[in-house]
Amino acid sequence: MKLTKRDVIAKRIAQELKDGDSVNLGVGIPTLVAKYIGDKKVYLQSENGLLGIGPPPNEDELDIDLIDAGKNPVSIMPDASYFDSAFSFGMIRGHHIDVAVLGTLEVDRYGEIANWSVPNQPILGVGGAMDLVAGAKKVIVASTLFTKDGSPKLVESLTLDSSGERLVNQFVTEYASFTFEDGKIFADDIYGDMTFEELQDKIGLPLTQK
Amino acid sequence: MEKLKTVDELEPLFKDRMRLLVGGFGISGTPLTVLHALPGFKAGDYEVVSNNLGDYGKGLHKVFEAGKIAKAIGSFFTINKEAVTAWSKGELAIDLLPQGTLAEAIRCGGAGIGGFYTPTAVGTKLAEGKEVREIDGVRYLFEKAIKGDLALIKAAKADKAGNLIYHTTARNFNPVMATAAATVIAEVDEIVEIGELRPEEIITPHIYVDYVVKSKYVKKGDDYVEVN
Repeated sequence: MKLTKRDVIAKRIAQELKDGDSVNLGVGIPTLVAKYIGDKKVYLQSENGLLGIGPPPNEDELDIDLIDAGKNPVSIMPDASYFDSAFSFGMIRGHHIDVAVLGTLEVDRYGEIANWSVPNQPILGVGGAMDLVAGAKKVIVASTLFTKDGSPKLVESLTLDSSGERLVNQFVTEYASFTFEDGKIFADDIYGDMTFEELQDKIGLPLTQK
Repeated sequence: MEKLKTVDELEPLFKDRMRLLVGGFGISGTPLTVLHALPGFKAGDYEVVSNNLGDYGKGLHKVFEAGKIAKAIGSFFTINKEAVTAWSKGELAIDLLPQGTLAEAIRCGGAGIGGFYTPTAVGTKLAEGKEVREIDGVRYLFEKAIKGDLALIKAAKADKAGNLIYHTTARNFNPVMATAAATVIAEVDEIVEIGELRPEEIITPHIYVDYVVKSKYVKKGDDYVEVN
């Protein structure tokens, strides 16, 4: 069965996770990463105060109080722990979380992202996005490469509001995985149905092949 | 138990323009019984500090609908369409903070700290007008601590002294809010005898808790329902 774009991205990100990693998955595509972790032992953190998210709960196990940061019901692992919101963000800001996987709207050629304000809508929600950008040891952003109207989300400079100065480590799309170094964009791994030249042409920015 | 009150007995604590710290993340860990009494109380024009303004037409959402909230300080209001509309009409003031900054500001408020430097939000729109300071090569943003007049929190169990324990992720902002307000009202599912909670499991020691209200809500499947 052919994977959807979202699943291609999630599966590719799962490859980046290592045994023993503590990982925070944002809402949307990042949440799907959990499906592809396989046998690797990773500890999923939820910023509302849980380390050790388990598999999706059965209907009869739903507990309205036990939720993830996207407010979806979750189960817990036998080694899980609960803590309050201040402690949880201390864990995030204090570099105790190995990997944060976040959605994004734009990524510039340095790896700065815009992932919180919605275009043409009042900016009234930020949640934990900026804390995760600032504090996780490694930040991987997940998104389809193009917007609905076909414009690339990889841009020369951000047109939407930045999520912080901290540059992300990796941008995983349905076509390729990118990393950044001093304004140079590296197409590290191309696995979709576009060639390096086609990607460069459609994105409209110089890419470097590793 | 002296601290145990009905929510109506607590009405005199609520005064116009007070700053309320309200626990909960979505509906998880929200003091529904206390919040649902507020529309019927005289006081209003509250400044509310809470992650968001309730959910599913419950909790703070009802207080907002009753026109009792003048200002909201929190991290996520986008899901609350009516709040967004009220904000664009100028009927509701909103102060948006990153969720970790909100939590830490309240923690500091309760711990005698005046403010703190955080790397979160440096270089963003949410840093506008705020002091930036470089410490050991990293840029940080200064944020003031947050304190409240009244904290409305939710716990799973209180013993008769007022010690509290919490249920799963319903803990969220509640323990820090319990430390940061002049007066603290804890809504609980269950009240037990002193000695029934192990000292090791107590998250909020009783000195932080002024009043305890027994919740009128019970969990049924994935919802809360009112019981008499």
